[in-house]
Amino acid sequence: MSMLSFEKRYRVRGGTLIGGDLFDFWVGPFYVGFFGVLTAVFALLGTLLIVWGAAMGPTWNIWQISINPPDLSYGLGLAPLDEGGLWQFITMCAIGAFVSWGLRQVEICNKLGMGYHVPIAFGVAVFAYVTLVVFRPILLGAWGHGFPYGIMSHLDWVSNVGYQFLHFHYNPAHMLAITFFFTTALALSLHGGLILSVTNPKKGQAVKTPEYEDTFFRDTIGYSIGALGIHRLGLFLALNAAFWSAVCIIISGPFWTRSWPEWWNWWLDLPIWA
Amino acid sequence: MKTMKRKVFTAAALTGAAIMVTGCELPVGVETDQKGYRGLGLEQVTKRHLEARKRADMEIPPVEGPASSSGPKAGDIYENVEVLGDLSIGEFNRLMNAITAWVAPEEGCNYCHVPGNFADENIYTKIVSRNMLEMTKTINTEWDAHVGQTGVTCYTCHMGNPVPENIWYEDPGMKQASGFSAQRMGQNLAGDNVASTSLPNDVFSAFLQEDPKNLRVTPRTSLPGPEDPDNLMDAEWGYGLMIHFSKALGATCTTCHNTNNFPDWGTSPVQRVTAWHGIELVRMLNVDYLNPLQPVYPSNRLGVAAGDAPKANCATCHNGLQLPLDGAPMLNDYPELNRVERREGWTPAQDEAATTEAKADVAQDAADA
Repeated sequence: MSMLSFEKRYRVRGGTLIGGDLFDFWVGPFYVGFFGVLTAVFALLGTLLIVWGAAMGPTWNIWQISINPPDLSYGLGLAPLDEGGLWQFITMCAIGAFVSWGLRQVEICNKLGMGYHVPIAFGVAVFAYVTLVVFRPILLGAWGHGFPYGIMSHLDWVSNVGYQFLHFHYNPAHMLAITFFFTTALALSLHGGLILSVTNPKKGQAVKTPEYEDTFFRDTIGYSIGALGIHRLGLFLALNAAFWSAVCIIISGPFWTRSWPEWWNWWLDLPIWA
Repeated sequence: MKTMKRKVFTAAALTGAAIMVTGCELPVGVETDQKGYRGLGLEQVTKRHLEARKRADMEIPPVEGPASSSGPKAGDIYENVEVLGDLSIGEFNRLMNAITAWVAPEEGCNYCHVPGNFADENIYTKIVSRNMLEMTKTINTEWDAHVGQTGVTCYTCHMGNPVPENIWYEDPGMKQASGFSAQRMGQNLAGDNVASTSLPNDVFSAFLQEDPKNLRVTPRTSLPGPEDPDNLMDAEWGYGLMIHFSKALGATCTTCHNTNNFPDWGTSPVQRVTAWHGIELVRMLNVDYLNPLQPVYPSNRLGVAAGDAPKANCATCHNGLQLPLDGAPMLNDYPELNRVERREGWTPAQDEAATTEAKADVAQDAADA
């Protein structure tokens, strides 16, 4: 892959977090860096461990392959490889790969003199994953509370854990997370539609300016958030979706063991009418 | 403007913090129990202090030493001993003492007996207790699929209360306008029966009585049709009953189901079989033993809405525990409960309908009020 003509001026040395000039180079369009190497190692090792686990398991059916965490009886200790130990190593590899990928983004930001918005946003998604497989299991006292790595089996986990609280839709943080996910989709589709509508003019017509975008929404709902504002809103919505997802699961168990519908009894018990 | 913003922010932060503090349990004293293959979320999380709170009132009364089975029979010596007549005098009196401690420890003998004349039949509690003794024997001898070898005694449900704490009456809900006005369809009112969900409330009348609603509503065909007449509303009724199960037993859906396929017995934990027999048992208790007592009760013991007799559900015996009284084998010490037998050719000395209210009962109600 050859380099684009303007690309060279962005390829400056430095900005690395660790290791100085070591790995400070590009392969084709990709920046490598120390954390790029680390990401590759962790990702490869983790994937191979999953394949090994699948080889030890009963099926090669892609939907049914599942790497499960240990029995709760192992607590926060290490388990034998074929009894959940693999899950523990794969979890370490996954966190290693995700965090390295985020730090590689930081290094690229440094090189370009940009803000850290992208790695921070990526970090919120990693935080949600770590909440599921590290923070919550630690609070509950066993790695076995993490979710299994399998396409169908992780859905079983979601269903079973949800039903332990009788009706998970009453989980207030779950409500917020779902609302943010839906609103993210709504905002993204409105924004995508709007941009395409002004940048795909009829043949012979010019591309419209942002004033048209603003005017469309002022005409429609009386207000336009603006070209910069929509991206602030988008980031806010998306980060909240991931953040409240993490909150909704970490409070389920460690901070609330009863049914979620009953959590709302605080409302029924308010001294105004109770 | 700035102070205004700060005030709004402070108020929001305080409200949020208050909800967090009052709405949360501390993440301490966590107990977990794995109920299926590792990693599938088939587990239950509990808190030690909440479990202790559930058991705060639970105290197994001390056991009197066994009585001799020899000597004359109670039915031959005392008048009007209808169902316990085959016990010896010693066994009979020991059991009477036990029942007093189990059911009416504060009210004493006079809760079920007319003071000075224990043979008097003119007191409804005595009539009820006879049926309850027969009911207890039926549960212990015919329903071991649900109660196992542990069985039940009066104390399982009564726990020292003349009326068990968890009973139910028919509840048609509040009166509503008809015609085009919105119908609640018996739901969307936060009630204890269904743990404050929006699900239909009176699930007991629907499922735990004669002619129960169909609980098996999972479709067997890919499209709705005459073979699958049940709809989503029927599923909500069943969901409501299942929430009662969970609350009554301090359990969760995953105690009896692998939720990836609720109806499938093959992947369900074995507890589901016990629970299935429990549904049948409770229906039998209500239909055969509790409803027929309706004419015997004084009006203050009947349901407000329908004038029906007090009835049983899962919570009546379980009282929030998966094993009632944590499985305390009280029946072992009182095998006499399984020797309840209605004497042949027995007629009460006074055959007037016995609906007089027990004095202690009235006093208790007055105190409650």
